[in-house]
Amino acid sequence: MAIVEVQNLNLAYGDFPALKNVNVHMEKNTITALIGPSGCGKSTFLRALNRMNDLIEGVKTTGNILIDKEDILDAKTDLVSLRKKVGMVFQRPNPFPLTIMENILFAPKIHQTAQKAEYAVIVEECLRAVLLWDVLKDKLHKNALQLSLEQQQRLCIARLLAVKPEILLMDEPCSALDPIATERIEELMWMLKANYTIVIVTHNMQQAARVSEHTGFMLLGELIEFGRTKDIFTYPQDQRTNDYITGRFG
Amino acid sequence: MQRHFDEALEQLKQKLLRMSSLVEQSIGSSIKALMDRNAELAYKVIKADDAVNMLEIEIDELCLKLLALHQPTAGDLRFITSTMKINNDLERIGDLAVNIGQRTLDLIKVPPLKLKINIPKMATAAQAMLKDSLNAFVNKDSKLAYEVCKRDDEVDDLNHEIFMELLSCKPEDLTPVERVIDLVLVAKNLERVADHSTNICEDIIYMVDGKVIKHHITD
Repeated sequence: MAIVEVQNLNLAYGDFPALKNVNVHMEKNTITALIGPSGCGKSTFLRALNRMNDLIEGVKTTGNILIDKEDILDAKTDLVSLRKKVGMVFQRPNPFPLTIMENILFAPKIHQTAQKAEYAVIVEECLRAVLLWDVLKDKLHKNALQLSLEQQQRLCIARLLAVKPEILLMDEPCSALDPIATERIEELMWMLKANYTIVIVTHNMQQAARVSEHTGFMLLGELIEFGRTKDIFTYPQDQRTNDYITGRFG
Repeated sequence: MQRHFDEALEQLKQKLLRMSSLVEQSIGSSIKALMDRNAELAYKVIKADDAVNMLEIEIDELCLKLLALHQPTAGDLRFITSTMKINNDLERIGDLAVNIGQRTLDLIKVPPLKLKINIPKMATAAQAMLKDSLNAFVNKDSKLAYEVCKRDDEVDDLNHEIFMELLSCKPEDLTPVERVIDLVLVAKNLERVADHSTNICEDIIYMVDGKVIKHHITD
């Protein structure tokens, strides 16, 4: 079942067209990777999925982005609910300078989506989901900034899960991590896939090949090719995709 | 910009072409030795297999190195994996040439069979399949590769025909029995040359078109 359906999406920063007529659909509980050279529009596309580009002045978006069959580009869209449903993990881990517990409870408290009595359960559930519970259960009052980078990134994912999203957008989530930590986050993504739909932007082609089931190759704002990762990395249909993933340009 | 990786790919291609040329020569010479009853040439074929074996190892090592160090994808990945398989088929064809050489040495020791059997026709067909499969590799010609695959049945039929002819030999032609067995084995070896040429073509089709046609899965 398609959870994301993008139709004729165009996005311009002022006069600069950043996305050109993008059409794609993504299935529920899958991992989709977006690859392409710097400036190709993949992060812009990712941010379009929870309308984070709206924060930039002069952005003009046309087309439709249906999430759960509702067009999120509609003027009536409640952006707070949208960003709860479609959460984002960034390149560098960005925990709040608060305790581990406060990081996770930050959103449930602000949104008042949970009673005080539920707090302990939420913290445990979210930390368990990112495999941090056993390590941190006795350190919940430790400042989050004292964690390793990998743990900080896991915590950021746990913090996201506390608002019960459906879709996780990940913008180069491992670029600040070493190979071992990267592998652990990738394993975590496979686990999370059972409950969430994940879209990841990555410059690391091997990572795209390892973690995703579908891959989209973008170039100059266009989605050149979208298909099963296995096919894209063994027999891409477009010569430009072949040239990019074999390192002949970009 | 010519990359280090592209140079290595070109080097791999050149090594495989060298391997193809050695194997094609071996098969050609083994058939000529058989037809001309030429022991010296048969010995040459047997001796030449060492070079083919060494080259097989070199090509394998280069493929593994490229896979490990460059993590190739798409066209490059298909080229390297196909090369590994083609390399293996070529080495086996080299062994078949040696087998034919050894059978030739045995056959020379006894008078030729008076009965006319169609080994020359079969040898020509198998040799042409090998030659065309290598041309298809050089030119990345999947159309030619398909066409070669289709020709495998002809060689199979010729093998069957020869086998039946030998089976129906007159009793006096059956002595010495080793002669008949050697001829059956020569035909079998030629039939295997055609099979390996077909395998090579299947790998070329995967390399060029990304399609798997092995075992008729796309029929």
